[in-house]
Amino acid sequence: MHEYLDQIFVLLQHRLMDYLPAAWQPLCGVLLGVVAIVCLFPALFALTTVFERKGLARIQNRIGPNRVGPFGLLQPIADGIKSLTKEDIVPLSADAAVHFLAPVVLVVTVFMGFAVLPMGRNMVLVDMDAGLLFYFAMGASTELAVFMAGWSSRNKYSLMGAMRAVAQMISYEVVLLLSSVTVVMMTGSLSLTKIVEAQNHYSWGLPHWFIFTPWGCAGFVMYAIAATAETNRSPFDLPEGESELVAGYHTEYSGFKFALFFLGEYLAMFSISGLGTTLFLGGWSAPLASLNWIPSWLWFFSKLMMSIFVFIWMRGTLPRLRQDQLMNFAWKFVLPMCLLNLMVAALWRFLGDGWLRWVLCSAILVVAYAGMGLNELRRKQIGPRRYRYAE
Amino acid sequence: MLGEGILKGMAETAKNFFGSYFSAERLTTVEYPEERIASYEAARVFPFLIFDSKNTADPADWEAGMRCVACQICEKECPPKCIYIDKSKDKKPDAVGKAQFYPSRFDIDISVCMSCQICVEVCPFEAIKMDTVYELSTDDRFGGLLLDRKQLAKSNEYYHRIHPTEAAEVDDRLSEGRAKTDAKMTAGAIAAAIRGAEVPAAAKATPKPVAEGAVADVVADAAAVTKTAERPTGAGN
Repeated sequence: MHEYLDQIFVLLQHRLMDYLPAAWQPLCGVLLGVVAIVCLFPALFALTTVFERKGLARIQNRIGPNRVGPFGLLQPIADGIKSLTKEDIVPLSADAAVHFLAPVVLVVTVFMGFAVLPMGRNMVLVDMDAGLLFYFAMGASTELAVFMAGWSSRNKYSLMGAMRAVAQMISYEVVLLLSSVTVVMMTGSLSLTKIVEAQNHYSWGLPHWFIFTPWGCAGFVMYAIAATAETNRSPFDLPEGESELVAGYHTEYSGFKFALFFLGEYLAMFSISGLGTTLFLGGWSAPLASLNWIPSWLWFFSKLMMSIFVFIWMRGTLPRLRQDQLMNFAWKFVLPMCLLNLMVAALWRFLGDGWLRWVLCSAILVVAYAGMGLNELRRKQIGPRRYRYAE
Repeated sequence: MLGEGILKGMAETAKNFFGSYFSAERLTTVEYPEERIASYEAARVFPFLIFDSKNTADPADWEAGMRCVACQICEKECPPKCIYIDKSKDKKPDAVGKAQFYPSRFDIDISVCMSCQICVEVCPFEAIKMDTVYELSTDDRFGGLLLDRKQLAKSNEYYHRIHPTEAAEVDDRLSEGRAKTDAKMTAGAIAAAIRGAEVPAAAKATPKPVAEGAVADVVADAAAVTKTAERPTGAGN
């Protein structure tokens, strides 16, 4: 029974494909998968917006949206209708074609990333050998869309927001790649399905997820930091810092184009959480061998939603960074740690099984983290702010 | 240790997140249209006109019991000039039966009113007081926000309901003034002697909860007492 539930979507697709002539089946099968992804993730986006607003409200001891529908759950529908009925304003001096294309390019490139994510056992749209590479190629193109939006708006806030976004995304792209490379070093494959399979075995009922290794844990933390920056989420939401840039690169967007940017941002969050889950959290595999009867896709999506919850939690906690702090953090702290983590991963690989590699690898990472941290903190002189003139 | 502050902060927000589901004092939101906080006694929004319903034949007859005698002091003192008064040509008996002028028009434009309460402080007849009604939204932003005599007139009982302490003080002051007037009328005493006796009475009537209004109150009270004192001579002529 649980086998059937686990494969329900795959079987459903096969059943539907049987009605079609054999020549059409591959194309229609892919199209069906695309439709499923294009319907599912925006629906998840709609739910997440209301949960985010409610979660943030609770963090600030408020109630949050509770007027539209039961517990405010229909709020995204009201928001959607509102953004659809709003006037679509294109500035007179804007480059109309690029201005129109930017949100479309953003959403399309973000959606492309979902193509290679394994969302359950046998549930991947395109099982590419170089899935990870494809994912990062698509993830990097979102920067283009952001810059298109900022440039074509012909607005200083938009342009500054776009410049910040590009600087930030390129900086953290390096970290994102380097922290993921450790996983590739371990599994010897760029295929995301193979990466999940490499983690999907258990000893004493416990999974072999990469996060439970020293290099995996460090890699995951750095991946999470880079992912937050890559999706322009708080505390790295400088590109849309409303206190200084109105709304950043989408200042000049209104109505449904603005909604598309919003959608793109959340979809990027889902896809990068999905990739993090795949790389470090065992993808669709269950956290305990005894829990394997729960369908694999349910595990994937619950891990994804947990990551989203952490995103929201961080947004409710942390203030926005300054541009120089952001850059210093990426290039002077996270990047060296990433490079060190590559060494540690290599060490782990060649020390073979045994307790020695656990001790050695953990010790190197902890010492490096503590040392660099102390060094940073000593130079920073962190404490209450002192005002030189305004006392 | 680096990152310690972030963990502390996240613990704090987690405490807030879960705490708001369990502890009522964390979640202070009052969901307004369904539930509301009881009005404070010191609350004041816009002015209204008081009418006394006790002495008139029909308790609901706001026009007969109106305390306002159209002296137009409030109109002149109003800083944003939102009060419009037309004084009547004829005189009508007021709440205590004296023939008085009355406002043939008394409008307050609450879109202009800044709720400063100066009209209340200058009124010698305790005729204008501050209301606590705040749900005044209307779909007609000109006519709907220009309140006329009928809309402004509210009974003394209503005043007692919204500001009990203040209303009791006002009633004491008014009855004291009336008692003095009556005493003067029956005894037919010398005007100078009455005036001499009333100065301490005016000083005694000053205590009031609103501190910044105290000075204006003294003036208003003194005016009220002297007015009530002068009334019989005016009526007698």
